[in-house]
Amino acid sequence: MTIFIPTPLRPFAGGRNEIDVSAATIAGALDELTQAHPDLRKHLFTAEGKLRSFVNLYLNDEDVRYLPAKESTPVAAADTLSIIPSIAGGRPFSVVR
Amino acid sequence: MSALLMPRPVWEAIRAHGEETYPHECCGALLGVATPNGWRIESAVRAGNTRTDSAHNRYSIAPVELVQIERDARSRGLEIAGFYHSHPDHPAQWSATDFAEAHWLGCSYVITAVARGTATVTNSFRLCGATEEDKQFEWEPIAIDDECIGREPC
Repeated sequence: MTIFIPTPLRPFAGGRNEIDVSAATIAGALDELTQAHPDLRKHLFTAEGKLRSFVNLYLNDEDVRYLPAKESTPVAAADTLSIIPSIAGGRPFSVVR
Repeated sequence: MSALLMPRPVWEAIRAHGEETYPHECCGALLGVATPNGWRIESAVRAGNTRTDSAHNRYSIAPVELVQIERDARSRGLEIAGFYHSHPDHPAQWSATDFAEAHWLGCSYVITAVARGTATVTNSFRLCGATEEDKQFEWEPIAIDDECIGREPC
């Protein structure tokens, strides 16, 4: 399967925007990815090995956190995994007097 | 210091977006290519603001929309270079919320102040640093075609 690397993580993936892996599950794919590119690990996972809260994973167009098997979901060669850091923000609250 | 290169139609489009959504925040992605001195923006893509509960001072882009934006960018040989949003009746300066929610290291965050429905100042801030823990925003000038605009925000 193909893992799409977002802009901020490409420097830690050899400058590549996509990487092919041959794992059987999503977790296996991420493991293979970080084995090949160890610098990616700290950007994707906490020290405890959990996916960082602002990192979203999409298997094709499906949010992995809502798949029944989550990261244990089996993957096929034609599947894609997109790594998408969250994007949000906003101006400070205004005090109305 | 990096600089953000942007065609005038894109500059006008992101500012117009902020005027259209006023008094709510607008948001979108900037697609472009990396140069040694910063991003060269080719186009802006409007995105939906999922923070309908507090759109006057919050924005959020659904990750699934970013999957589609990134797919489109790839097909055009472009990258997601950054994002833009507006600050209704507030300066074009990043907030604590903007900073806490910024995770696209190396990308440019463009903010437009929209005062009473009219776009005023537009500033760009590059998210620098090597990790989430040492990230910092650095102001960068915006070059519209051949004209360099923008000033250091207060």
